[in-house]
Amino acid sequence: MAELEAGSISMAAGGGGRLRNALSGMLCAFALLLIGVLAFSIRLFSVIKYESVIHEFDPYFNYRVTQFLSKSGIYEFWNWFDDRTWYPLGRVIGGTVYPGLTLTAGTIWWLLNSLNIPLSVETVCVFTAPIFSANASWATYLLTKEAKGHGAGLMAATILAMVPSYISRSVAGSYDNEAVAIFALIFTFYLYVKTLNTGSLFYATLNALSYFYMVCSWGGYTFIINLIPMHVLLCIVTGRYSSRLYVAYAPLVVLGTLLAALVPVVGFNAVLTSEHFASFLVFIILHVVALVYYIKGLLTPRLFKVAMTFVLTVGLALCLAVVAILAALVASSPTKGWSGRSLSLLDPTYASKYIPIIASVSEHQPPTWPSYFMAINVLAFLVPAGIISCFLPLSDASSFLVLYLVTSVYFSGVMVRLMLVLAPAVCILSGIALSEAFNVLTRSMKFQRPISDDTLPTAGDSTPGSSSTATITTSTKNANIKKEKMGTISKERSSKKSRKETELVGSSPVRPEKEEKLCVLPSEASAMGILFLIMLCGLYVIHCVWAAAEAYSAPSIVLTSRSHDGLHVYDDFRESYAWLRHNTEVDDKVASWWDYGYQTTAMANRTVIVDNNTWNNTHIATVGTAMSSPEKGAWEIFNSLDVKYVLVVFGGLIGYPSDDINKFLWMVRIGGGEFPHIKEQDYLRDGNYRVDAQGTPTMLNCLMYKLCYYRFAETDGKGFDRARRYEIGRKHFKLTHFEEVFTTQHWMVRIYKLKPQKNRVRGKLKLKLKSSSKTSLMRKGAGKKNPWQ
Amino acid sequence: MPKDAGDAKLLFQSLNKAYAATPTNLKIIDLYVVFAMATALVQVAYMGVVGSFPFNSFLSSVLSCIGSAVLAVCLRIQVNKDNKEFKDLPPERAFADFVLCNLVLHLVIMNFLG
Repeated sequence: MAELEAGSISMAAGGGGRLRNALSGMLCAFALLLIGVLAFSIRLFSVIKYESVIHEFDPYFNYRVTQFLSKSGIYEFWNWFDDRTWYPLGRVIGGTVYPGLTLTAGTIWWLLNSLNIPLSVETVCVFTAPIFSANASWATYLLTKEAKGHGAGLMAATILAMVPSYISRSVAGSYDNEAVAIFALIFTFYLYVKTLNTGSLFYATLNALSYFYMVCSWGGYTFIINLIPMHVLLCIVTGRYSSRLYVAYAPLVVLGTLLAALVPVVGFNAVLTSEHFASFLVFIILHVVALVYYIKGLLTPRLFKVAMTFVLTVGLALCLAVVAILAALVASSPTKGWSGRSLSLLDPTYASKYIPIIASVSEHQPPTWPSYFMAINVLAFLVPAGIISCFLPLSDASSFLVLYLVTSVYFSGVMVRLMLVLAPAVCILSGIALSEAFNVLTRSMKFQRPISDDTLPTAGDSTPGSSSTATITTSTKNANIKKEKMGTISKERSSKKSRKETELVGSSPVRPEKEEKLCVLPSEASAMGILFLIMLCGLYVIHCVWAAAEAYSAPSIVLTSRSHDGLHVYDDFRESYAWLRHNTEVDDKVASWWDYGYQTTAMANRTVIVDNNTWNNTHIATVGTAMSSPEKGAWEIFNSLDVKYVLVVFGGLIGYPSDDINKFLWMVRIGGGEFPHIKEQDYLRDGNYRVDAQGTPTMLNCLMYKLCYYRFAETDGKGFDRARRYEIGRKHFKLTHFEEVFTTQHWMVRIYKLKPQKNRVRGKLKLKLKSSSKTSLMRKGAGKKNPWQ
Repeated sequence: MPKDAGDAKLLFQSLNKAYAATPTNLKIIDLYVVFAMATALVQVAYMGVVGSFPFNSFLSSVLSCIGSAVLAVCLRIQVNKDNKEFKDLPPERAFADFVLCNLVLHLVIMNFLG
């Protein structure tokens, strides 16, 4: 009878529990939907403030490739040889581009168009990044749920939706590889952790396929294929080997290597470069360990010891032989088998010594301390709490998260661009920390409610009553001391205090619930704690929205500035590309510094000499040398490359700081790296880079100076350069081998045409006379009035 | 040395005895694994004789053998009744996962074989 009653009561309770489960599931799904909407809409500031346009430089290349894909289909795309860039070398696009992003956007465009929703390719490209950031926050929810449960998952997803460092590379319009790659990264990690937790081969297959998507999308896939082996090694070394680990790792290595070799840009590098050797090494180690465990299960302990000694002697000898062969192979290559970019990550000084192009990109510089607070803000304080929370209790998933955080912190310290890889790790750990803190504080408040007097007996009947009350009083005493301190605490220290509370509560190891109920804080303290945490989150949200709106929404193809008479818009770049598009022949070649290559081919549709891909250092050095040479030398170089137009970016009239004069020293360095007659010291006066009257003659005579400052003194009479903030050195000069054909409204982009050689030379056979009369004729030609002015 | 020899013989005998006690289905899977590894070794030896061109064919065939071996080992882990972690996984599900993973593996192999 009693059992029947108990059974019916439990059934009713079970029914109520089921209803509550269903309700919580609905709430969770609704929250996820809202998180997705938040992630999408916070990235739309640039579309609202400017227009739906593609930003920066690299996205223009991706946009052009996507246009080609949508026009010509996938077979043409796969075999595309582009002859409109890196003239006269061309570029094999099918084999050197990471196709993930373009294939994704192309698929979305094709799908929408086949459903008769006629979105243009540009619209799809602009909005791909926000869509995939919503997907990334859902993937973060799944990953954190595997480690710590639903609450932590939702918290981490919300934080990732807004974190500024991820926003910086995925605003609407930033159509770059990272937009899809971060989603693929988090999703691959989620599937790996899921396989580790469940041991299911199905998830292992999905993991390999998701890794394939990541390899297609971004060169940063080497991070995954080195982090996962590191984690497997960690698990083995800390004694957490299990058969689930084998199922999680071994199929991934085999399938993953094959799938990575399928992508043309990776190809055989998947088995030949040092970046992948770690995975093979750990593969072998895993098999050895698995065999050892298997034999241990078969034999008695004494015989097992005998077997171990036998195997160790043979195995060690074999191992040494293999390692010797491998070391010899690796040492024979000058870079020890690593690619240049990976080596510059491991040794931060490598790039500045050997590969000046990698060192010159501003994204590849180490970050400063303020950039950490700009990028992840409040989360920098919450991460240590998250690390501690991961250790209580330590599971495979939480050890993976800690390892991911530690490695990504190191890499983000090497290169600013890799703060992006740090962002998910930081969000997950702070989500865990915040969720734990809220758990503890709300539980304290719940157990202190005056109506719930049944909690005290439950706390008491699992332990002797006296000890529980004694511990409660000691904890209240601690909390009282904390309460006095709290009155004087300002907002910025609230996070530290809540971290201390979490430490105090969490430091007791997680044994059955009697210990948890003993560490209960007084309800006022927990209420204040919750309030402060919510204010902290509010500050974070304010910072994220400000960063998204003000700092990261600039499309950098259109510049704006505010002054006392309103908003100025500088649309000079597009003006110049449009001029090129409409006023030059289709086959004309345009030479400029490599920054503007992608934009020129995409918007102006003209052939360029060098572009942002920077795969051929000698070609870039040729252009750099031409820019650093005097007019005649530069004309010769450009003529040999069939160049018709030269484009320079000049910011002296409006004070634009990233113009070619400020980048000029890099041109000299890169040119001087290949052509020794260009020496950097010739362009510096006492080690300083100046273009005023103190500038060296080589500097004031070189092509870049002349093309930037030609007729600049006519603007204000004195030639005051607003970007450099002084008057220029050489004010009035004429161009002999180039003629100016276009200057944009604010003088930001200046286009010059190469003058053709004279047909007929006056004067007779003496070579000296001919050359001198040629130059005098050309000088006379330059005196003619420019028809464009 | 004779003690070592005696120990080694005792070792092999006890290994044999313990292995003989494993169920037949697991022994069949083990045979399959040995067959796959032997095929891989034959291919590597062949490559040593005739050279590694075309490299993609060699890579895909060797990785196909290794992959089949690895997946069979995963199947063995999941089907083994002594394995406490997988005791509520029905062997049909394990086999279905095995088939799916093999399907993906061989699809990739076919593509990469050239």
